[in-house]
Amino acid sequence: MSKQTAAPPSRAGAEEQGSTGVIDAPAQVDRNQLAREHNEVKERQKDRFAGLNREQLIGLYRQMLLIRRFEEKSAEAYVAGKIGGFCHLYIGQEAVAVGAISAIRQDDYVIASYREHGHALAKGMSARSIMAELFGKATGCSKGKGGSMHMFDKDLGFLGGHGIVGGQIPLATGAAFASMYQGKDQVTLCFFGEAAVNQGAFHESLNMAQLWKLPCIYICENNQYGMGTSLARAMSLSDIAQKGCAYEMASEFVDGMDVLAVREAVQRAVERGRKQSLPTLLEVRTYRFMGHSMSDPGNYRTRAEIEKYQERDPIKLFSASLIEEKVIDEKGLEQIDKQIREEVEDAIRFADESPLPDSDELYTDVYADPIDPSRNRNQ
Amino acid sequence: MSIITIREALNQAIREELARDEKVFIMGEEVAAYDGAYKVTKGLLHEFGPKRVIDTPITELGFAGLGVGAAMVGLRPIVEFMTFNFSILATDQIINSAAKMLYMSGGQFKIPIVFRGPGGSAFQVSSQHSQAIESWYTYFPGLKVVMPSTPADAKGLLKSAIRDDDPVVFIEQERMYGNKGEVPDEPDFTIPLGVADIKREGKDVTIVARSLMVPVALKAAEQLEPQGVSCEVIDPRTIRPLDIDTIVESVKKTNRVVVAEESHPICGVNAEISMQIMERAFDYLDAPIKRVSGADVPMPYAKNLENLAIPDVNRIVAAVREVAYLD
Repeated sequence: MSKQTAAPPSRAGAEEQGSTGVIDAPAQVDRNQLAREHNEVKERQKDRFAGLNREQLIGLYRQMLLIRRFEEKSAEAYVAGKIGGFCHLYIGQEAVAVGAISAIRQDDYVIASYREHGHALAKGMSARSIMAELFGKATGCSKGKGGSMHMFDKDLGFLGGHGIVGGQIPLATGAAFASMYQGKDQVTLCFFGEAAVNQGAFHESLNMAQLWKLPCIYICENNQYGMGTSLARAMSLSDIAQKGCAYEMASEFVDGMDVLAVREAVQRAVERGRKQSLPTLLEVRTYRFMGHSMSDPGNYRTRAEIEKYQERDPIKLFSASLIEEKVIDEKGLEQIDKQIREEVEDAIRFADESPLPDSDELYTDVYADPIDPSRNRNQ
Repeated sequence: MSIITIREALNQAIREELARDEKVFIMGEEVAAYDGAYKVTKGLLHEFGPKRVIDTPITELGFAGLGVGAAMVGLRPIVEFMTFNFSILATDQIINSAAKMLYMSGGQFKIPIVFRGPGGSAFQVSSQHSQAIESWYTYFPGLKVVMPSTPADAKGLLKSAIRDDDPVVFIEQERMYGNKGEVPDEPDFTIPLGVADIKREGKDVTIVARSLMVPVALKAAEQLEPQGVSCEVIDPRTIRPLDIDTIVESVKKTNRVVVAEESHPICGVNAEISMQIMERAFDYLDAPIKRVSGADVPMPYAKNLENLAIPDVNRIVAAVREVAYLD
């Protein structure tokens, strides 16, 4: 934020904006209060409609809903034993990936953590290729070798899901470095959770990015829990946007339940990246409605807290705004939902029917240039 | 042929590859303005400028990962660790990112990167700055691991490593930078990765040695010649992948083996080499394989203790005499 950084929004400030600032769980749900907050956020969101045409608005809605339905089906398939290993769902956070990725070009890079099904979809990867990967099938985007945490698509500039908390942050910095090195005006979006902010990789990367003016946009999806440990129990300074100050990096606080707020903030960051080759740190307050992974009992937070955030469900909020602004009606929304459910069903069918990787695949892709000593010896 | 040091040979290799390919750049601590902590990058900043020769903050995990990210999208970074001791901070990016990216992306993202710098024992710098950790990196599929012992190998192998499409861990030896030797003058001189070199031919005992142990083994072989023992000294040069065929061929001829390394014995590279010899040439062995390793202790500071911790000529001579049943 050029020098908007000077005074990053405090947590108290976030509360005034009606954002998802509260960390301590309320004992009980005050439904009237929730309804008031919902309306406030919605009003602000509607102010952001200007400049977007119908197709764009519906496109954003469609993508968020696709992620929601995709993840719901993933959960079902996981319970049914079709998906193995870890499966970290993105439900509740859809506005972040969709809003952010809607603000970049096709040739820009996106990289994310292990909770990346949504980012992969938003970057344009097909539901089929992602579901097939979850099913461990040969037709998966990573040929069944990566699974839930390692979706990749080179052609679409999706640089992967990465399984070590914070591990993707230096990688993103490197992709942005490459753009700078080659004189291209691409930007890199780097998504990570707030728990990654405590890793050295975050601080080492931000330092280099600002020092060398790298067009990397660090998007901290603050869903307020690192697995089962709340932000308050894990971070001495919990205003994450403020950490940009340590590196003189532009930073901004964003309401992650408002897809248009995310889009606008990322647009500002993209502008800074393309025009000035400068990085940005965005703290996007969001909430995951599901557990950390499918095996999470979730006993570290209250039902009331979850309900509070479900009231701010980014999809519910946006659909209400779309209807009130007469962009679409209930029937139109139902139709979209029907199409999306079909798309996800198709992905499930495709994944189910796809073949397992051939046994020979075990030993492929270990090296790009496998060495045969007997061949080399005769060189 | 020119006679130059390993330091100069490495410098030539990096210079030539920087000139050859715009995508190649080198980054690390003190590689530019300081001319390299060990002067391997001397003059490169002047010749190629700060875009291609980049001083980094002391942030090993960060710049190693940055290099991997740049390699994902098409650049060919050379990441220098001032010493491999500091690469320990970067192991997450070397192992979890560089080594596995191609595989877990189903073959989409190759990582053409070289992690290089000095490793092994240094001169009286105690435990944290003097250790051989190549067995760590050798353990991981996806990495290639190279350890040259001569100026020609250093130059030819580093050029191949930079041109290779996989992540290469290239470990130079801190004590050997000043060692001199002949290097071919051809402008495109390279040595392929994955090929062992027979540093001395012999018929009675095979000594497998790498890096610092190669000159030590050659001296031992010289001493043993007048004692009637002819030693063949094999330097694998690349320890992943390992050119086991060349070693096995030698064993079939000599029937006796000593494996020498300066690293700790437990789970060391030579434990693996010994196992592979056992698997492939057991029937040819006339004596159990004997290994010579660094002491199984953190490196001490005091000169006399340090000398005891690093294998020397006498220990290799004794081991050869033992497998030859001379004592």
